[in-house]
Amino acid sequence: MKEKISFTINDKPVTLEVEGDRKLLWVLRTELGLTGTKYGCGEGVCGACTVLIDGDAMQSCQVRIRDVAGSKVTTIEGLEKGGKLHPIQKAFVDHDALQCGFCTPGMIMKAHSILTENPNAKKEEIVNAMDGNLCRCGAHPRIIDAIVDAAKILKKG
Amino acid sequence: MKGPVSSDIDYDRRDFFKKIGLIGGGIIIYCTIGDTGSSIAQPGFGSTPDFNAFLRIGTDERVTCFIGKVDMGQGTITSFPQLVAEELDVAYDSVDMVMGDTDTCPWDIGTGGSMSIRIVGVQVRSAAAEAKGVLKLLAAEYLKSPVERLKTKDGVVFDTKKSDAKVTYGTLAKGNIIEKHLETKPSVTSPDGFEFIGKPYFHQDAYKKVTGIAQYAGDIRLTDMLYAAILRPPVHGALLKSAALSEAKKIEGVQVIEDDNFIAILHEAPDIARKALSMVKTEYDLPSLKLNDKNIYEHLLQTPVQAQVKEKKGEIEEGMKLAKELFEETYTSAYVAHAPIETHTSLATIENGKVTIWASTQSPFAVQRTVAEGMKLPADKVRVITPFVGGAFGGKLTMVTDSNLEALEAARLSHLTGRPVQVSFSREEEFFYDTFRPAAIVKIKSGIDGSGKIVFWNSNVYMAGDGGAEVIYNIPHQMVNIYGTWMMPPPGAHPFRIGPWRAPGVPNNIHAKEMQISLMAAKAGIDPLEFRLKNLKDEKMIGVLKAAAKKFGYKPVKPLSGRGIGISCGIDVDTYVAHIGEIELDKKTGEIRVKRVVCVYDMGLCINPQGTKIQMEGACIMSMGYALSEGIRFSDGAILDKNFDTYRIPGFSWVPKIDTVILKKDNDPPHGAGEPAVIGMGAVIASGVFDATGAKLLEMPMTPERVKAALGKV
Repeated sequence: MKEKISFTINDKPVTLEVEGDRKLLWVLRTELGLTGTKYGCGEGVCGACTVLIDGDAMQSCQVRIRDVAGSKVTTIEGLEKGGKLHPIQKAFVDHDALQCGFCTPGMIMKAHSILTENPNAKKEEIVNAMDGNLCRCGAHPRIIDAIVDAAKILKKG
Repeated sequence: MKGPVSSDIDYDRRDFFKKIGLIGGGIIIYCTIGDTGSSIAQPGFGSTPDFNAFLRIGTDERVTCFIGKVDMGQGTITSFPQLVAEELDVAYDSVDMVMGDTDTCPWDIGTGGSMSIRIVGVQVRSAAAEAKGVLKLLAAEYLKSPVERLKTKDGVVFDTKKSDAKVTYGTLAKGNIIEKHLETKPSVTSPDGFEFIGKPYFHQDAYKKVTGIAQYAGDIRLTDMLYAAILRPPVHGALLKSAALSEAKKIEGVQVIEDDNFIAILHEAPDIARKALSMVKTEYDLPSLKLNDKNIYEHLLQTPVQAQVKEKKGEIEEGMKLAKELFEETYTSAYVAHAPIETHTSLATIENGKVTIWASTQSPFAVQRTVAEGMKLPADKVRVITPFVGGAFGGKLTMVTDSNLEALEAARLSHLTGRPVQVSFSREEEFFYDTFRPAAIVKIKSGIDGSGKIVFWNSNVYMAGDGGAEVIYNIPHQMVNIYGTWMMPPPGAHPFRIGPWRAPGVPNNIHAKEMQISLMAAKAGIDPLEFRLKNLKDEKMIGVLKAAAKKFGYKPVKPLSGRGIGISCGIDVDTYVAHIGEIELDKKTGEIRVKRVVCVYDMGLCINPQGTKIQMEGACIMSMGYALSEGIRFSDGAILDKNFDTYRIPGFSWVPKIDTVILKKDNDPPHGAGEPAVIGMGAVIASGVFDATGAKLLEMPMTPERVKAALGKV
């Protein structure tokens, strides 16, 4: 049964008519054409599908579209503003914190959420918080360095 | 040599020139494959000429390098422009790479075996150097200057004696189509003149990856496309008896394709296709294989296979007489998955009888052939384009076994529905259909004399293959036999498909070899590093070990020092690599933590030290998986690991401090960068645990259970 579901996606209001049980990940990638958010496991164990819902990192493969009604959803596409990369994105570029890049959007969204919640997060806390995001290429050390660096930059304002 | 586009260029050529944007003028330099042997080329297959690389110098001042290799994250899209910029004297940013498009790129065997730089890269350098020569000749005519007075810089040819006599490459390319085939290698820039090669370059494509703009195969959306969910057997070897589709068909928008036992559910939304598939009720005849991850080793040892002799020197019997201490161990390793974060994905569309496929693959030309044969089409009616690839590690590489099943499936479904179709593996399918790194057994008998010299080495390698099985130490009596390889698995050996996994077979062999070395050192009472150096003659191996020791701050002590230091050294794709690491162990839980590791390469000429460093770090981390936790559980055809919850790969909390050293060897040809660092962590961790506790970890993965069992035997 299709429902009318209204929410904000990357600061734009949207209303969709879709089955409420469908997972957010697939609605993002298909109906909304936002393919930056990736499918990696479908079970919420890899983090490739991480988006922000009202500022908190969530695995979009586990979230029903009905449950984002009235919420603010942010995907990787929503971070760059006016042609300027978000400091976390820039830090990833500056630290060469990627290889194949498939896990990268999820990593960045998770990092965003960690630093929003805890702007003073120390390296160890960041490592533990990121543990649910998987990277097969082994870009981990640079990802952590990028996030630690981004934290400093974000604190400066 | 000079001439306008002439009408007597045949249709295929003209079509090709159009595709690579040469109509209107341009210069194209081809590289022959003379250096590397004709086994790499497949003459006449497809519409591209059979060369390994070519360059296009366009009228727009941009240089395009076309290669059949793909970038799956290992960074060749970043390092190849360094080669072109160096030899052609253009700005790094003026070079574009076109990779893995079967319509425009030269035929390629597949991206693997760390061949991109050391084979194709070498040819691209030659092509660029040749192109520079061509440009100077054209400029000599254009400027009416003697060619000896001409120099090149930043895409301009200029007369060193006449300051206003200069011309851009793009201007020279106008109105010309020049094909230049290389026969003899032109001379390339020598290391003391390097401007680009050897300098660190960060990922060219980082911006696209951090913004989500980078498109992987599954991200490409075509009008009217359908997503397919295909009925898969529950276990390998199961035969479909019946499938009840009525419930699935009730879902709005669902299309069902039944083509013999190939049943696919299609929908405009991929998750709805999957949901409908889950409603199909099936009956299967189950196989009676009775193989599982516990009894597989016995089975593999009993599989009939002809031995191949890898090494034979002296007489083992003689060596045994010289030995004061004898050692005999059996090492095993489990089936390991590639597990890239991006699952296998292909999108197919058919227009005017031509199939176009976007495939997440390491071998677009193999996919082209598989699809052409499967669809009964000539090769030039199939185009495979390789978009961004989200990791592959050998699992998306068709060399012997078809590693992109989903490409032909997508093509078939596109043909049957008349619409573009995407097939993307679920994570469960990704594990189910993986061409695993084969499980292996290595049995080593060896002996040392009273002074700690190794006097004989007799090893039998089952299923891993000969990679890494060679004897690198200075041993007078040697015998190495190989029983079965990953490329030619013996019939009846493996209960499912196997294939190349990063540095195929080498990690398995190195774990066995280097652990055996550490055991012998301990018995001899000699520091394990000193023991290795004492038994080596190979200067390069000694070099990487010493460099690793220096970086690590290694202090020799008597073995079984309690420090938890492990060592590994070996050769992979011609690169010498040494690892020294420090582990710590929780004896109660059996959990191992790697605190730090140093990895050293002697890889000859390193094109991009930044990219290489990242490959070394990544490989060290990735390899902790097969060392500590990764081993596919299976039973009677069922793959019991279906997701990352049970198949655990290295995570952030695992990562040690990693230091990398690349020895400066600019006068040697470039050797492999992407794989060698993956070979050593099994040996480092096993020998580190041995050093810390005396426990022998001979089975990989070295799970907490196995660690506790080994501790119990000390």
